[in-house]
Amino acid sequence: MEGSQQIINLLVVGLTFALYIGIAIWARTSSTSEFYVAGKGINPVANGMATAADWMSAASFISMAGLIAFLGFTGGAYLMGWTGGYVLMALLLAPYLRKFGKFTVPEFIGDRFYSTTARVVAVICLLVISITYVIGQMRGVGIAFSNILEVPLTVGLVSGMFVVFLYAVFGGMKGITYTQIAQYCVMIFAYTVPAVFIAITITGMPIPQIGLGGTLAGSDTHLLTALDQTLVDLGFAQYTATDGGMSMLNMFLLTISLMIGTAGLPHVIIRFFTVPKIRDARKSAGWALFFIAILYTTAPAVGAMATWNLLDTLILDRDNIGQEEAHLAFEDQPAWMERWGETGLLGFEDKNEDGRIQYYNADNEEFAQMAQDEWGWEGSELTTLDRDIIVLANPEIAGLPTWVIALVAAGGIAAALSTAAGLLLAISSAISHDLLKGVFRPDITEKGEMLAARISMAAAILLAGYLGLNPPGFAAEVVALAFGLAAASLFPTLMLGIFYKKMNREGAIAGMLAGLIVTCAYIFTYKGLFFFPQLALLPDNADYWLFGINPGSFGVIGALANLAVSFIVAKVTAPPPAHIQDLVESVRVPRAD
Amino acid sequence: MSDSGNQPTKDRGEYWQKNLKIIAGCLFVWAFVGLGLSIIFAGPLNNFSIGGYPLGFWFAQQGSIYTFLVIIFYYAWRMNKLDREYDVYED
Repeated sequence: MEGSQQIINLLVVGLTFALYIGIAIWARTSSTSEFYVAGKGINPVANGMATAADWMSAASFISMAGLIAFLGFTGGAYLMGWTGGYVLMALLLAPYLRKFGKFTVPEFIGDRFYSTTARVVAVICLLVISITYVIGQMRGVGIAFSNILEVPLTVGLVSGMFVVFLYAVFGGMKGITYTQIAQYCVMIFAYTVPAVFIAITITGMPIPQIGLGGTLAGSDTHLLTALDQTLVDLGFAQYTATDGGMSMLNMFLLTISLMIGTAGLPHVIIRFFTVPKIRDARKSAGWALFFIAILYTTAPAVGAMATWNLLDTLILDRDNIGQEEAHLAFEDQPAWMERWGETGLLGFEDKNEDGRIQYYNADNEEFAQMAQDEWGWEGSELTTLDRDIIVLANPEIAGLPTWVIALVAAGGIAAALSTAAGLLLAISSAISHDLLKGVFRPDITEKGEMLAARISMAAAILLAGYLGLNPPGFAAEVVALAFGLAAASLFPTLMLGIFYKKMNREGAIAGMLAGLIVTCAYIFTYKGLFFFPQLALLPDNADYWLFGINPGSFGVIGALANLAVSFIVAKVTAPPPAHIQDLVESVRVPRAD
Repeated sequence: MSDSGNQPTKDRGEYWQKNLKIIAGCLFVWAFVGLGLSIIFAGPLNNFSIGGYPLGFWFAQQGSIYTFLVIIFYYAWRMNKLDREYDVYED
């Protein structure tokens, strides 16, 4: 990378860091209420924006568009799963948990089910979910620094951790909230600017959501029609057709599992504890989804347009696929292809030594045979196509000025840090508030609890940093487990706690454990015990999956197991005491007399 | 409200029943669009189009998200109204 580009990149990222540090100095906290829930004084629109940043992780920013581009129609499972969960959160959880008015999710479970055991089980679920999630964020920080900025990973991670340390340890929820608002602005600007330009380049329409349904610039052909046709001509499935990607059953189950999992994520739920009123919690969920939807409706456009752009670059004449001069010559590669080739995210190999790049679906045996016989193709010559490149290379593909590339790096880092900070708060409050104050040292002073919260926050940052530098090989697999666990353990139990007055301690504990065990057992059967592949009992493919259910889509089944066990156990054990039933009554009504 | 004994309890029961009905209606739309139109019926719907989008594809990657957004804001508005009717609106 050129020296001047490097300076601009570091300047842009440095400026965003300076902004976050400035917020950290301004938003220091002095009480546990400020540290855990920002004193319940956050405006609902501002909280919506902070929730959007809290929720949209490095994966949403860097990887999602590429994932959708790879899956086509069925990629909608991720878009709907990760947005539809907000409907469940707004209707079934947020207002009632806000009315309860305490600091953490395990605290609600402990009080509602009058049981320290239930609270500890909830803490365990929360820690597994949140720590797995943090690993993914640290990896995102690493990608942004080492792949885009070409800064050594260690330097990048340590500077990121230092900034989070400043605003999370000293500012708690208050510092995190205001930083997340700034990070949302950086992130959404960095995502939409390249998207608008690529939409103009390809469709002549500046709004990506409309451009995706529009025609190719200077032609009457719709973008999606041309994309479908070209993919079919190369032996792939149509982009928009329902029979590509995953099966309908798995798409259905994955969508519900992600929805329930999203609604059960503790670090998102606690964001709704920060608004002043119950009606603010309802409205704030709508604003959160509004700010999320700006990115989530742009992502499919980015995915399809970047795919189209890649095909359009590789294929010079769409009507004559198979003829030599219809395919790009190696020596004519545009600069961005060469540059991304050097990072290892994009790779070509001239298998039939004709000096041109033939990209097609070599796994489609019939098509591959035909291509070999008729055209002399010896295998797809696009050998590496990392999905992340769809977002990362976008500015260069669209021919944007160099500072936009820096912006994408800053956006990726903002997405990762904002989510990491929310998770770190969930982790530290579970330790200091639920375990220390709730179980081991109930007589601890507020000052002592604050100190414990700050120390556990600092420890969690160090742990996250360590895992970012030494990522466990199974990081990507574990994220599926995080969603599965949130779906199977926390969501059903929280919901029953509000909507079923007679649900008792025994039912809740048995249900959470059942959801946890069933989900872990299914995932471990195919992915290996604790993700050691050699300990898998069955091969991880559709022939061996129970009823063809992908382990990643299993969360909803775990949730059903939780519900079933909860009901059965609650029926045969003593109902909850009267004061608990009164508590449920009071949680259901915004203003108690 | 405290002088009329059973009155608040009855009101609250009614308030909760109405809330459950509103939730059920919202979740029906949520499931019908998010799981029905976008997944189960997406294949046949793809024979129709909205702009250059096949309709099923549009629901799965755009329309469902807009629908979710409308549902949440509708629920927030409807519940504010209900809170006022039953005098449980926060000051």
